[in-house]
Amino acid sequence: MTETIIWTVVILTVLGLVLSLVLFWVARKFRVEEDPRIDEIEKTLPGANCGGCGFAGCRAFADAAVKAGNLDANFCPVGGSEVMKKVAAILGCEVAETAPRVAVVRCSGSCANRPKINEYEGVQSCKVKAALYSGDTGCIFGCLGCGDCVAACGFGALSMNPETGLPEVDESKCTSCGKCVAACPKRIIELRPQGPRGMRMFVSCTNKDKGPVARKACSAACIGCGLCEKTCRHGAVTVADNVAYIDPAKCKLCRECEAVCPTGAIHGVNFPKPLDKDAVKKRIAERNAAEKAAQEAAANPVKKEENNG
Amino acid sequence: MAKLTFSIGGIHPADSKLARDRKIEVLPLPPKVYVSMFQHLGAQAKPIVAPGDKVKAGQIIAEPGGFISAYVHSPVSGTVKSVAPRKDLAGYNVMHVEIDVEGDEWAEGIDLSPELVTAIPEDREFILDRIKMNGVVGLGGATFPTHVKLNPPPGKKADCLILNGAECEPYLTSDFRILLERTDEIVVGAAVMQKVLGDCPCVIGIEENKPEAIAAVRASVARLAYPGIRVEVLKKRYPQGGEKQLIDAVMHRQVRSGGLPIDVGAVVQNVATSLAVYEAVQKNKPLVTNTLTVTGDCLPVERQHNYLFRIGMPLSYIAEQAGGVPEGAVKMVSGGPMMGKAIANLDAATVKGSSSILYLSDATRRKPEGPCIRCGRCADACPMGLEPFLLRKLYAAGDAVALEKNAVHDCIECGCCLYSCPANIPLLDNIRLAKAQVMGIIRARNAKK
Repeated sequence: MTETIIWTVVILTVLGLVLSLVLFWVARKFRVEEDPRIDEIEKTLPGANCGGCGFAGCRAFADAAVKAGNLDANFCPVGGSEVMKKVAAILGCEVAETAPRVAVVRCSGSCANRPKINEYEGVQSCKVKAALYSGDTGCIFGCLGCGDCVAACGFGALSMNPETGLPEVDESKCTSCGKCVAACPKRIIELRPQGPRGMRMFVSCTNKDKGPVARKACSAACIGCGLCEKTCRHGAVTVADNVAYIDPAKCKLCRECEAVCPTGAIHGVNFPKPLDKDAVKKRIAERNAAEKAAQEAAANPVKKEENNG
Repeated sequence: MAKLTFSIGGIHPADSKLARDRKIEVLPLPPKVYVSMFQHLGAQAKPIVAPGDKVKAGQIIAEPGGFISAYVHSPVSGTVKSVAPRKDLAGYNVMHVEIDVEGDEWAEGIDLSPELVTAIPEDREFILDRIKMNGVVGLGGATFPTHVKLNPPPGKKADCLILNGAECEPYLTSDFRILLERTDEIVVGAAVMQKVLGDCPCVIGIEENKPEAIAAVRASVARLAYPGIRVEVLKKRYPQGGEKQLIDAVMHRQVRSGGLPIDVGAVVQNVATSLAVYEAVQKNKPLVTNTLTVTGDCLPVERQHNYLFRIGMPLSYIAEQAGGVPEGAVKMVSGGPMMGKAIANLDAATVKGSSSILYLSDATRRKPEGPCIRCGRCADACPMGLEPFLLRKLYAAGDAVALEKNAVHDCIECGCCLYSCPANIPLLDNIRLAKAQVMGIIRARNAKK
């Protein structure tokens, strides 16, 4: 009895030792050389594997970054500048500072603004709906309201507002991975710089129809009147294809375009005070009058000289 | 004689040919027509008229925008008001030529007399040119340019021309009415197409639920005595009029996955296309008219109509002529209830392929979706031998490779899966998107080669 136990222990011990030697030898022989920086970078990245960077996941991102030796083709929108700086430190390279971005829904076609003209009873998916027809409102550019973007968001940052029928972005959760942008068949979601303290301006409409058509479909549509373009002193607003667009790089957040917009298609968000439209309009009028006076003053001396001559 | 049908799948929806006994009426001209530049498969046509131009009926107003494209003619005489985007059936903007109607004067060289011209031109090129210049497209639903289809690529030869008189969609009766009222012209049109395809035999397939049409066409074929034309009776079964199903039924040949009918020596044309070919070749009359059914389950029979309409008439005008939208209609469909498109915009203009205005009642609403019970009825019903339940799952999983392996691109979008599903799962809605995705991948791959 004792003998059996002793022999079992001895055999298993010897077997274990021999096999461990085999494993040791195999591990050395077939070792895969891998840059330790890949692991390091992967740990630094957020680890959401969302694919927002364009790679299959965080490891693929790290692999590509190490192989390239720089970060020219890599940017993690979720981690943003902070993470990218850490990754750059590991790689020992420079990285350009990028402003943090956030998803912006560019449609104001709420149930109140944009009445339904037919009833859709197909699958509740924007993709399916867009493949079938232009939508259940008169606007063929706006939100279809089936929530494909909400389903696409891996961070729970989007939700449908049942009152407006439009998706809403929770800025604290949005990582600007761009999944919603790709999921929207109407391409109304845009990634825009967050702006100082979250303050930013944008045109909440993508309707390329002519003014009257757009207005008929939706009371908050951009009608391409060009007032905002004329008012903007920074050249940030351009109107093309009957719809205005604000270039976030040029916008100085003066909110003048928002004040003059006749339909309220231009939105300013996260400003500390609500916009006093009349005051801003007065300011613009005064400035215009002053400019006109200055122009006349500049033109008049020439006339006087002519008279004198 | 044995009735022919295809070998797998298919369903038997209620016939509902409510307007079958209503004779074709000619619609009066509206004050305005809107002629779409996108009435055919392929590239959009390019308008060659400008606002202010005077046009005559039958005059070319747009040229083909590519190899697969077609000429568009003015359906009326009058003045071009504008050339601008306008909303189509689905609500999307498409270029339209707006014409103010003034009188009804036709362009020169068009034979408007009712006499039947039975002598078939000998020159194949002459026939093809006439078909092309008169803008004939397939009127069975896909509106594929006919001159392209009748001109098989070198090395391929047609063994059989099949005329599709199945009209397997419920409700629609326009093909049935032209088979009855314009029988001889359709048979002559078939003989013209036979000539183009190298004197191949021709089979006119008609479903068994149209005995009057079968008798009329048989009598006409016997009377006109063109060689090699025969009439075959088809079983009533949906989608009997599908191109590949009809080839299977008539010739007992199967088109391989991704293949074309001409690969098995078949050319399929609708009977309405045959009529258009007759008018184009024998009368030099462009395709500016077609037949359309106004019908539906909520429309009393006396308000159902079969109309001969001019292309470009707004649907709303036709609806008005037929007495307006009936009470109780919750859906409007252009085309049959199985494959037709919902009318999102009744102001949309009719196009060459318009076949109906169908009013459907509350009873036709979609029922709430339930869970899949794995009964396999969708796979039994699929006439292409696909597995719709699987395709839907693969699409949800985003597996494009597996979707292609399971031949999602063979789907003909007939809707049999959706019709047969006891859980009301919207199978086709998903499969249609999957098909578009896979077709895109295949096209991109072929372009790379």
